[in-house]
Amino acid sequence: MEPKSLQFHDNVAAALKDAPLQQSLSRFQTGFTVKRAEAKALLPEFEALRDESVAIKNHALANLDHYLLKFEEAVVASGGVVHWCADGAAARETVLRIFREDDVKSATKSKSMISEEIGLNEFLEDNGIEPIETDLGEYIIQLAGETPSHVIAPAVHKTREEVSDLFYEHHQKYGVTKRHEDVPELVDEARQLLRRRFQAADAGITGANFLIAETGSVVVVTNEGNADLTEVLPRTHVVLATIEKVVPTIADASTILRVLARTATGQEYSTYTTFATGPRRADDVDGPAKFHVILLDGGRSELLGSEFKDILRCIKCGACMNHCPVYGSIGGHAYGWVYPGPLGAVLNPGLIGIDEARHLPGASTFCGRCESVCPMRIPLPDLMRRWRERAKEQRLAGWRERRGLAAWSFIARRPGLYRPMSRVAARMLRGWSRGRGRLASFPGASGWTNGRDMPAPEGGTFMAQWAANRDASRPASGGRP
Amino acid sequence: MSKETPQVGLFVTCLVDLFRPTVGFAAVKLLEDAGCNVEVPPTQTCCGQPAFNAGDRPSTVDIAKSVVTAFESFEYVVAPSGSCAGMLKKHYPTLFEDEPVWAARAEKLAAKCFELVSFLSDVLKVETVSASHDGSVTYHDSCAGLRELDVHDQPRQLLASVTGLDVIEHDTANVCCGFGGTFCVKYPEISTRMVSDKTAAIVATGATTVLAGDMGCLLNIAGRMSREGHDVSVRHVAEVLADMSDRPAIGAPADRRS
Repeated sequence: MEPKSLQFHDNVAAALKDAPLQQSLSRFQTGFTVKRAEAKALLPEFEALRDESVAIKNHALANLDHYLLKFEEAVVASGGVVHWCADGAAARETVLRIFREDDVKSATKSKSMISEEIGLNEFLEDNGIEPIETDLGEYIIQLAGETPSHVIAPAVHKTREEVSDLFYEHHQKYGVTKRHEDVPELVDEARQLLRRRFQAADAGITGANFLIAETGSVVVVTNEGNADLTEVLPRTHVVLATIEKVVPTIADASTILRVLARTATGQEYSTYTTFATGPRRADDVDGPAKFHVILLDGGRSELLGSEFKDILRCIKCGACMNHCPVYGSIGGHAYGWVYPGPLGAVLNPGLIGIDEARHLPGASTFCGRCESVCPMRIPLPDLMRRWRERAKEQRLAGWRERRGLAAWSFIARRPGLYRPMSRVAARMLRGWSRGRGRLASFPGASGWTNGRDMPAPEGGTFMAQWAANRDASRPASGGRP
Repeated sequence: MSKETPQVGLFVTCLVDLFRPTVGFAAVKLLEDAGCNVEVPPTQTCCGQPAFNAGDRPSTVDIAKSVVTAFESFEYVVAPSGSCAGMLKKHYPTLFEDEPVWAARAEKLAAKCFELVSFLSDVLKVETVSASHDGSVTYHDSCAGLRELDVHDQPRQLLASVTGLDVIEHDTANVCCGFGGTFCVKYPEISTRMVSDKTAAIVATGATTVLAGDMGCLLNIAGRMSREGHDVSVRHVAEVLADMSDRPAIGAPADRRS
């Protein structure tokens, strides 16, 4: 996917003016947060499970080479093939080679962020292979020619009316004659059409929530059952996974699964949790004839050795964006690349470079809500701050910001200079407010005053008043300090 | 120094110093009423957060060293701000990876540093204040105080002892107001959108006053309130607890008392 993160400020301006997007966001912002809180309240061991999950991932990441090789061994033992791919281009070519060998013309897909990361759909189309998204949200945005705006709710930015229009526009060719508006009717319409595509597809592509080293299994969770049909019906199953998805055992995956859905949607479990191990065996009633796992590095091994390695614990639950007031204001597309929200503000600079993603780590008030809900306890604000340090070192900020900061810190380090300057600033702002208690604008402060007034200082600075009259701090004496 | 009289160094914070000295005096009053001896070290400027959050670690380290030096002789360090107290308590100890002596000094300072209201409640065990306030208030949980320092129940408990005061919660009390230090001027449109959500939630409660424990949030909320033309007073929680709500509210004209 081509990054548009450098245009972050333009993207934000457009998002804030986008009425349907704002309508969708206002609905979305409360739903997931309330459901997560309710699910957490019902599980006394929730916090302990978070700690266990963190420990599992930290152990797996510290021994990643070992567990990946073990995983490969188990996949091969079950009759599958593992393909090691250093980057997106290698992963795309590998998928194409598999499909060519197998004469694949169409492939159903369950949700995969890695597919977005490597731009797989466009690549397959260019090579004459039709990708068919089967997750309802992904299906909607595929029809719309867009990208996901959320890691688990890809079409969260779409209103029901927009979906009605899209379905009516694209489904008439399949004989649909009515523009449905009710959600159940829309779901049913998509389900009927997708059923035929599932049956006709030559291959199925899924992502992976977990790779299990001890068994070579691939775990995928969905609420629609579409991954099951994607895996089982076609003759070839291709798994797209990045290397940090591996955990040692089924028990480990099960532990993390207990926090995953609760954190993401507030469900105890997702409706479907599917374990796929190798191709169809002789006595299996169904399953694919071929089973391939693409293991993509795509920049992860570099992150693993860096100060940003904690982000590799991420299980893509989406809680950070669900709880982020910045994401809630602008939606996912504004971030300009695959991963939005606090996750994107940390991961995207690692994958596409801080130069390209320079605006994202700054787009946070460090309110800390993301870290407080992250099931993997990833210190997201701290990692964003570290990216800001990298950006600062590379002088990526504009000159005004750099000079302003330099001037401020020069003064802040010198109390003898700071004291008189703050006294002057207080007096000046106070004077400009002319007794109104606030300023509607003042030079150089449009960033603040375009959206709000600047309250005026009360009078002299605290330090000046304190120094002048220690006793004035006792209002019991009746005087105003 | 007698054991019974806690010796407190007040970290005034740069925003209180410049914009709202009343909060500093309110903090002194509350601390003295609770039996503390309060001093204000004259060499303090700012906690360094603007540099820290802009990725300027060298400047942050310099500023942190001068704060540590100014305050390390006190028994306690108290700030009328969760954000600045959080900086001293949670972040200073992480700044000195290569300077073990300074790291140890920062750790010692962190251990005795507190946000004002939680210090009154949790350390000094203050349960009531003698203050009165007419009308209903809603309380905004400033992010750093809430998530870095667990300041949530303490201000509500003390507010419950204020005569005539009702607290009406807004359901997004724990959601950021959009201030975020330099965030509010670097990403002003997002910040304005966030603070508009905040003012809408506050106005919806019908409360006549909004309180919080951090000047950054309060300047942001007050500025948006007055821009939107709402008649809601904005104050630091310490002003109400110290019975100083006879002063004009933040951003209100000098002749307006509520």
